[in-house]
Formats: sequence, C-alpha cells, structure tokens
Amino acid sequence: MTSSPPRGDARRGFRVFTTDPRSLAILYLLLAVVAVVLGTLLSLAMRIHRVWPAFAFPFFGVPTPEQYLALVTMHGTLMVFFVLTVVPQSAFPNLVLPGQIGATRMALPRLNAAAFWITLVSLLVLLAAFCVPQGAPISGWTSYPPFSAFAAAGPGQGTGMDLWLVSIALFCIAAMASSVSFLATIFFRRTEGMTFTRLPLTVWSWIASSGLTVTAFVVLFAAAVMLLADRHLGTSFFLPAGEVINGIQQRAGTGSPMLWLHLFWFFGHPEVYISILPGMGLASSILANFTRRPVPAYSLMVAATLLIGVLGLGVWGHHIFVSGMNPYAGTAFGLTTMAIAVPSSAEVLTWLAMLFRGRVRLNTPMLFTLGFISFFIAGGLTGPVLAQPALDSYLHNTFFVVAHFHLVMAMAGVFSIFAGIYYWYPLLTGRRMNEFLGKLHFWISVIAAYGTFFPMHYAGLAGEPRHYAQLAGPVESFASLIPVERGITWSALTLAAAQFIFLFNVFWSIRRGLAAGENPWHATTLEWSPNPHPINRCGPYEYGSQAQSEKDFHPQWLAASSKDSASGELGRTPAAERE
Amino acid sequence: MPATFTRHQVEIERKDTGYGGKPPLDRRPTGGGGGDENWDSRPSGRRGPREMLMRYRLAVLSILTADFVFFAVLISVFFVRPSSGHIDAAETFVSDWHPLSIPPILWLNTAVLLLSTVTAEIARRQLFHEIDVMEEWLGLGRPAVRRAAPWLSATIALGGLFLAGQWIAWHQLAMQGLTFSTNPNSNFFYLVTIAHGVHLLIGILALIFALGAMFYFKRVELRQIAVDCSSWYWHAMGTFWAFIFVLLVFSQR
Repeated sequence: MTSSPPRGDARRGFRVFTTDPRSLAILYLLLAVVAVVLGTLLSLAMRIHRVWPAFAFPFFGVPTPEQYLALVTMHGTLMVFFVLTVVPQSAFPNLVLPGQIGATRMALPRLNAAAFWITLVSLLVLLAAFCVPQGAPISGWTSYPPFSAFAAAGPGQGTGMDLWLVSIALFCIAAMASSVSFLATIFFRRTEGMTFTRLPLTVWSWIASSGLTVTAFVVLFAAAVMLLADRHLGTSFFLPAGEVINGIQQRAGTGSPMLWLHLFWFFGHPEVYISILPGMGLASSILANFTRRPVPAYSLMVAATLLIGVLGLGVWGHHIFVSGMNPYAGTAFGLTTMAIAVPSSAEVLTWLAMLFRGRVRLNTPMLFTLGFISFFIAGGLTGPVLAQPALDSYLHNTFFVVAHFHLVMAMAGVFSIFAGIYYWYPLLTGRRMNEFLGKLHFWISVIAAYGTFFPMHYAGLAGEPRHYAQLAGPVESFASLIPVERGITWSALTLAAAQFIFLFNVFWSIRRGLAAGENPWHATTLEWSPNPHPINRCGPYEYGSQAQSEKDFHPQWLAASSKDSASGELGRTPAAERE
Repeated sequence: MPATFTRHQVEIERKDTGYGGKPPLDRRPTGGGGGDENWDSRPSGRRGPREMLMRYRLAVLSILTADFVFFAVLISVFFVRPSSGHIDAAETFVSDWHPLSIPPILWLNTAVLLLSTVTAEIARRQLFHEIDVMEEWLGLGRPAVRRAAPWLSATIALGGLFLAGQWIAWHQLAMQGLTFSTNPNSNFFYLVTIAHGVHLLIGILALIFALGAMFYFKRVELRQIAVDCSSWYWHAMGTFWAFIFVLLVFSQR
C-alpha cells in the first residue's frame, strides 16, 4: 500500500476512447456544456421574443409562433435530458462514485463507456432536428399526441419529430446502461470496510436514482417505440378518433392519447428525482464538510432518500389533473404527492439543523449548496399548492408552473451541479477554482435567478399562459404584465451573462488556480484519499464541530491509532476540557 | 448510531461493522497454514469464487427488471386500447378493437420455449456441479463443459425452432389478411410478439456466445458467468412469453 503523490489521479492523462471513469466524466461534462450553452441561448431567444416581438435575430430574423414552440421544445429537451440528467446521473458518478466507495474502476466498464457514446449519438440526432427541412419539433418536451403523432400537425412534426423520438429512445438506452453499471459497482466493488451504513449519502442517492432510471426510462423507451409505430407502421395506439388538421381528416383510430400521457409522466416524474436526488446527497455531504458537523440522523436521511425514490414512482398523475383523467384518480395522486413532501421536508429540516450552530465556512461550494437549498425550498413550497387538483385546474398551464419547476428542478439542479463542480474541481485538475470569481458568480447568479423565476409566480397567478409566443401584438393581452416580463428578460440575460464568469474561472483555474494539495476541503469521504485503493475505517461524516484545531475531522481512510487522533470524538469532550 | 460518532477502536476489537455489506473482519490466524488469509483484503473481484458472478447477475437482473417494465408498458395497451372507443349519437359504445383468433401453432411454440427453458436450466446447473467444477478448476479436464454443451446446443436449437414457429404464425395471420397495421388488436399482437422475438434473438446470440465461451474462456468463473447470465435471461424471456401467451389466448375481448 504505497501512497501515491498528492492528488496522483489528477496527473493521469485524459483519453477519449477509454473505459476510465474519470475521462468519461470529463467527456460527459463537455457534452453537457454544449447542451447547456445551446439550451440557454434558446431560452434567451424565447425571453427576448416574448417582450420585444419585433426584434429580428441576427442571421435568423423574427421567429414565427411555430418557431417559438420549437425553441420551447428543444430548450426543454436539451436541459432536462442532456444537462439535468447527464451531469448528476452520469458525469458526477463517473467522476467520484468509484472513488467514494474505494473502487479503482467501474464494475461493467465497457457498458459504462458505451453509455457515453450512445448519449453523444443521441445528442447529435437531436441537434440534427434543427437542420432538417421545417426544423425542430414543436410539441414541447412532453410531445403529447395527437400533436406529435401527425406530420401534418405543424412544421417540425415530420422529420424533426422522428429525430426527436429516436434521440430520446437512444438516450433511454444510454441512461439505463450507465445506471446498471453504477448499481453493480456500488453493490459489488466497495472496498474493505465500506459497509452500507458507511456509504456517503451521495452514493445512497445514486442507488435510488439509478434504480429509478432503470425502471422509469424504459417506460419512455417503450412509449417512443409505440409512437414511432403510430407514425410509420400504421398502428393507432395513441391516435384519437376523428382528428382533423387544417380541415383534413387524419387517419383515424380510437386510440388513447391519455395512454401516452400516463406513460410519459410515469417516466417524467421519476425523472425529476433522478436529476435532483444526487444533488440532495451532495448537499448533505457539502453541508457536513462546510459546517464541520456530522450529518445528524444518517439513517433517516438514507430512508428519506429511498422513500422519495419509491414514492416518486406513484405520483405521476399530478401532471395530468386537467387532461380528462378520472377526478377520483386526481384526488389519489394529490394525496401521494403531498405524501412525498414528508421525506423531502425531513431532508430539508436536517440540512437546516446542520446549519444551526454549525461552524459555517462560506466557500464557493457551500454558497452554491445554500443556493440549492434555498431554491429547493422556494420551489418546493409551491409543490403542495400545485398538488391540489382544484388549484391546479386554474394554475396548470400558467407561468406559475413554469416558476415552480424552474426553481425546484432547474435552478436547484443547476446550483447543485455548480456546487459539485466547485467542490470536485481539485480532483480533476489538482487546483481549486478562484474563490473571488466563484463568489461573484454565485451572488450574481442567485439574485438573477430569483429575479428571473420568482416574478413568474405573479404572472402565473394573474393568469398568463405558457407557450404563447408573444404578449404584445395586434391584440395586447396581459398588458399590465409586460413590465414584469421585461424585468424577467433582463434578469435572464444577467443570469446567462454571469455564467461567463464561471466558464472563465473553469479554464483559467486549470493552469493558474491555487494548488489544492491533498485534501483541500478537509473532507472525510474516500474520493479524497491519497491512496487509490484505500481501506475504509469509519463512517462518512466524522467531523467534530467543537474542535478548534485544524484536525477536526476523521477521514474514512485513516485508522485511529490512538485516542488523540480520533478527532471525530472531539464533539464529545466534556466542557471542562474544552476550556 | 454507526455513522455519526463511532468510537475508533483498533480494527480487531471492533465487533460490529453494521448491517449489510461485508462480514466482520476476522483476523484470527486460520491455523491451516494460510496465515491471515482474509478474503476481504484481496483486491475487489478476487474476494471469493462468486464475487464476479454476483456482479454480472446483478447487471442481468437490473436489465431484466427494465425489460419487465418494457413489456408491462406494451401490455398496458392491451388493457387500455379496447376501452378507448367513443359513444356515438345513438349512445352505443363504438370501438375498433376486435378479438383476434390466435394461430394454433402458438401452443406448439409455447411448449417448445418452455422445454428450452428446462434444457437451459440443466445446462446451467452442469456449470455449478461442484465436483465437476473442482475438476475443471484444478485443470484435470472439462467434465462440466462436456456435459453442458449438448444441453446448451439443444436450447439454441429449440430457441431457433420457436422463432421459426413465430414466423409461421405471423405468416398465417398475414394470409388471413391481418398484418401489422390492420386493426388495433393486430397492432398489439405484432408489436408484442416482434418485441419478444427480438429479445429472444438476442437471447439466442447470448447462448451461442456462452457456448463458445465454454470452450474458449480460460477461467472457470468466466465460463460460469457466460452460461449463467444467458440462462437467466433465457428463463426471463420464457416467463415473459408464458405470460404474454396466456394473455393473448385467454383475455381476448
């Protein structure tokens, strides 16, 4: 057991065609950067078009209403699949999962590597939809039939929609493949002494989210296959009777568009948890580190994580309250949805308990984690509101919903991604990202994010609908909301501009960041161990909150040779000794 | 609570490593000349004869879970689609779902597939027959492989027979004028049988791979893994088919 040089794995090269999880993590992150840049540009185009409808985009012109819907669709698809799923559920596990359980590699390395390449092909197929005649699909990231079932339904519903479906089917296969690999790694590649009760909470989150991925993504895959059959093989699983488009009777079936809604959201809701559960696990880890306190009620946190995963499979109906679903079913789904608020609140209260009287260090990862918690609470509180079928029948297609999921899923998800990148950056480069730039990035982002998404609640309560290309036009609707809308757009532009600070910081710090040393955050979990194949000796979060010395923590890879170094116990020293 | 503040004792004195995961460390000398042989200290993948097998089994199990959900989704059509008609002006319920008479050859196909499940299980068990495996492990011969190969070949042949039978069934239906796009029920029939057929084809390829692996893989456990995983996949496909068949024959509306 020779110990390698400080952060030895940071010096390992980066290869493209490899089964090395760290290289795959970098590839996934690069792919996500492409997706997030495109997705952000699309959203800015939407925001600008909504408030300045006459604005002509360079090289493009003024978007038509159909093109606006194409922007909505591609923005949603890119962000949900290729950013909010790829980073927490593919890039981060590849980056740290083997390290956190003391494994040197994945259990099924080739399957894991194949997953990346399928994801890349999936992204390319999706982007190809921009380049085909008539452009990208316009039926939103949910692609409800009959809108998505007939090529005549609009521009982009021909080849563009086919490409979308193929892309999503490929993505499902990739997501399932990598999840199978993660599960096998967690169950069978843990190092000596790494029992289930000593797993970091991030690993527990990946157990839950990988299990959800395996069971939920396959539903979307099957639904995509059936919709493709409806479009090209003459079946009528989702085709309603007597669909007329532009006065032309379409091929009739007596199929059930509702079936798609159920199948899509049976996938779609677990998808929310797939993208947020890793962020919740990471929040627990980072809070423990930067408050120098252990996670209280570790078993409760594990149970809550798993319970959120299980309950997450039974709440999909709350997305389709107003679709013509049986109202009794709506009541049942409302109840399960409110039930899922219980384990979520348990996690949030635990985080708040850790902040209370913790010795908080406000480094950039901690700031972004606090941002994550803030968005999770702010967006989460409107969850039980929307879970009431009666309230939802008013709010369902308004900006209130947009505000809800952009806060609780998009902003919380993205802020936890930022927290993870700032936190694990030394693992990749051996250096820390610049703290000043990081804090600047955080404060601008958090203010601009609230400025963008919080006013949407008011717009939604005022009744402003989603998916409308413009507010001002020949007839001005919601005229009183136009100043709010302008504010939202300016805020969104600021939010996007702030990300240049982040990108600059990432590339600048590769060469010029502060040298990180062995364990820059004084963390306890095994990914920071100097030894690539450590033996695990204790629980994941042994920080001593009362200790005044530098060594107020006990890493998992260190054996306690004597009582003095067992600093995890310092929290229990009698008051007299502390004086 | 194990995760918060545990007392750090010397490794040997720690009695409880928590529930789940690895067994407690036992550093007592074995007394059999093995020194402090502790399998847990070995690199992962070499901690026991079955560790790698368990890893692959878990992967196959996860994939089969996903596959189960996949077929469940397809089958949901069978229940949702007949009731998604509409009520016309005369207040009669109009549905374009018509019952389908299943080609009788499917009975034969089902019998063939169930038989192939039995042969696959016999082949799989040969690879875990302890005395034979020990002999293979010591390099004295390959009795397990020798015994398993005919059963595995029989499974492949029966699987091929099933697919041929399915082909005949599709052909018979097509002769009646029932093709993929004829009516909702034929949509469903073709979709679910073709999806299952594709899965079975993958299964046959896996079994052929396992047959080759038995002769070409040097390590005993790799041979076991190849046969074991393809057999479990095969069993799952047999079970799925049995369920689909019962549904198609007895639940026609």
